[in-house]
Amino acid sequence: MAKKGYGLLIDYEYCTGCYSCEVACKNELKLPHGKWGIKLLEERPWKINDEKWEWNYIPVPTALCNLCEDRVAEGKQPACVLHCLGQAMEYGPVEELAKKMAEKGTKVAMFVP
Amino acid sequence: MEKEWKKQNPDGSYTVRTCGWSPPGDHPVGCGMKLTIKDGRLIKVEGDPEHPITQGRLCIRCLTLPEYVHHPQRIIYPMKRVGKRGEDKWQRISWDEAMDTIVEKINYYKENHGSESIIVFGGTGREACLYYYPLGFASIGTPNVCYPQSGWSCYGPRCAITDYILGAGYPEIDFAGHFPDRYEHSEWKVPEYIMLWGKEPLKSNPDGFFGHSIIDMMKRGSKIIMVDPRINWLCTRAEHVLQLRPGSDTALAMGLLHVIINEELYDKEFVENWCYGFEEFKERVQEYPPEKVAEITWVPKEKIIEVARVFAKAKPASLGWGLAVDQNPNGVHLGHALLALVALTGNIDVPGGITIGPPAALMGKWRMETRTNLPEELWEKRIGAKQWPAVSTALATTHPDETLDTLETGKPYKLRMGWFNSSNFISPTNSAQPDRWYRALQSLEFCVVQDLFMTPTAMAFADIFLPLPTFAEHDGVVLTHYGRNAIFAGAMNKALEVGECKSDIEVCIELGKRLYPEIWPWNSAAEFFSDQLKPELGFDFDELREKGLYQPGYTYKKYENGLLRFDGEPGFNTVTGKVELYSTLFEAWGDDPLPYHEEPPYSPYSTPDLAKEYPLVLTTGARYYTSFHSEHRQVPTLRAITPDPLVEINPDTAEELGIKEGDWVIIENMFGKARFKAQVTPTINPKVVHAAHGWWFPEKDAEEPNLFGVWESNINTLMPHKHIGKLGFGDTFKSIICRVRKAED
Repeated sequence: MAKKGYGLLIDYEYCTGCYSCEVACKNELKLPHGKWGIKLLEERPWKINDEKWEWNYIPVPTALCNLCEDRVAEGKQPACVLHCLGQAMEYGPVEELAKKMAEKGTKVAMFVP
Repeated sequence: MEKEWKKQNPDGSYTVRTCGWSPPGDHPVGCGMKLTIKDGRLIKVEGDPEHPITQGRLCIRCLTLPEYVHHPQRIIYPMKRVGKRGEDKWQRISWDEAMDTIVEKINYYKENHGSESIIVFGGTGREACLYYYPLGFASIGTPNVCYPQSGWSCYGPRCAITDYILGAGYPEIDFAGHFPDRYEHSEWKVPEYIMLWGKEPLKSNPDGFFGHSIIDMMKRGSKIIMVDPRINWLCTRAEHVLQLRPGSDTALAMGLLHVIINEELYDKEFVENWCYGFEEFKERVQEYPPEKVAEITWVPKEKIIEVARVFAKAKPASLGWGLAVDQNPNGVHLGHALLALVALTGNIDVPGGITIGPPAALMGKWRMETRTNLPEELWEKRIGAKQWPAVSTALATTHPDETLDTLETGKPYKLRMGWFNSSNFISPTNSAQPDRWYRALQSLEFCVVQDLFMTPTAMAFADIFLPLPTFAEHDGVVLTHYGRNAIFAGAMNKALEVGECKSDIEVCIELGKRLYPEIWPWNSAAEFFSDQLKPELGFDFDELREKGLYQPGYTYKKYENGLLRFDGEPGFNTVTGKVELYSTLFEAWGDDPLPYHEEPPYSPYSTPDLAKEYPLVLTTGARYYTSFHSEHRQVPTLRAITPDPLVEINPDTAEELGIKEGDWVIIENMFGKARFKAQVTPTINPKVVHAAHGWWFPEKDAEEPNLFGVWESNINTLMPHKHIGKLGFGDTFKSIICRVRKAED
């Protein structure tokens, strides 16, 4: 069971779509092909105006995510957070993450799986 | 980092800290990780949070390493072919038998046809880059070592240009990698702007630059300028994007310089003291006013002016140049212009600008020095060296295109024995017209292949297959930029053994001991590395293991203190002692001493009649997280993410051609054709398509003529042989013409 009151912050300004979270999670939870503890979703590119594009990746934790309770108990980061190439994920108490979201201001989300 | 690099775990497993390189491929980035072994199997790969560069981050090619290491199709014992070439019939043999056979063949060819009748082919990026030269020069004794990409168009041109213009090793974005305290280092500055030219460092396979350092610096305030024909993800996070027509890069660079010079935005002090040929250069840029450049490049004039201004005014600014510099017959001039751009804006060898290293160091230096094993008259026989001095002065190889000519014609002499180390080049990796190489290589009488899987190239040519270990299975030293800008040296520690594999250096030593024992005194890889490290750095391999990695620090503005020139005088290590805006060497070799734009050999403008038949510009080789060139296609987790070869096509163009997302299409031109799956996306210009490289299908029939489907999606069959620049560099991989139609089946 995921620790109550804890969540994952995703800074999707810097999620580069690298799949490291997906694969690290599958390794950690020893999931077979076709099952995910976190899954990378893509909002495919489209043009806002002549200068700007929208193109976002966002990893979504699934019902199998237990926020790496064993790792966290050992004082480690959840596997997805550790391996994220963009260092765009953070684990912590929901209130603390909410504060960080407010500070960041844009392109940030939180999941409480 | 902790001193202990190998730890026993309570459950009977053990964990080894290491820095990754290859195989499986990547360039020497040296990402830090911990490998856990249980009952002889790699059961876990985890990023190392203590590693100062990667800080625990790890890409999916390393995270899936256990699937690669223990893959059922991996070849883990020496094999000899027992059927005809192209038949999948092999017999396991011992290393002794393999080496005895090889030595007998080498001696036979040397005695009967001369050492030069033996050729070593090496692939790109893998650790083999440090060792396939010594393998040829000092273990076998041939002057012919070949990187078979048309026009040597990967990394080599950038190194050669830098050598000639700056007198230095590889110029890299200053990402504070040299310092143990990284971004906190007191001397380092955050680059205000980073321009990425024909380079997408997040997905690409950098040679010493951890790509996501770009994200680190963006978080610290760096703004990004992307110069790319495709809108990639990083473009959507950039401040400015110059979406240029493929192959028109040099015109664009000269257009930026036109603005910077005429608006006097350049660093006058640096130009006055440290640049050669400014007046001539200034005159040349007058030929590239922004309005003219806009027409050539399809980049709006206002954007060119705006970007020139912001880049020149930023202090500091940095620039990362990519493969687009190499894969262009006009690329030498592009590289020259880009070095001028960073020099004129005062960003060379300053904090947050561009770092430069020596032309060679440590094993990078040793690999070149091993050629002294060859007598001068033998070295003179190196294929294509005399005809292409700009290639052969900086690079110790043959000229690749001349090598194909030699294979086809037997002139100036016949090549008879081939050794392929980590190069699968009938797959669309690096050779142009791989189908032509495939036919020409049939003339080799005896071939050795070193690799980990039976590739199409190995299936077609190997008589003896020597299995390589992955980086989890051997000791090594990761040297960023192969020593041309050693940001750090990392210890690669053997964690387990699979089958009977031997690393590149182990094979060099073993073969070397048989043929040239006097220059191969080492009894193990660890001994060899200690001898490489100790004289320059003062510590041996075991100490490096304990350190984890070694960052040497960095001295800025070395040119002021005589630290760049061998004579100890201030300035740069070039002919004139300055940054050569006017290149004395290019002039001596018969090219223009100043940069100029030249149309790609086949483009809507250089071949307008052909372009009616082939109306789209084809650019190739953008990277995916899931593969390194032709590697990783057999790793299930990675293949599930990128199952098919993709061509990016604009929705308008797709609609006109009746193509829908996911349709199989044929891309074709005057030289060849290839089958791809359509990815319909607005990120590509309607007049341009982009196709992925490296595709073959390990799940398909291995034997001739199929060879794992190597001819199905082989985009390099569309690339002509020897369409190189005046100095011998460049190819058409980033810019050629084609048409696309829906596939019938």
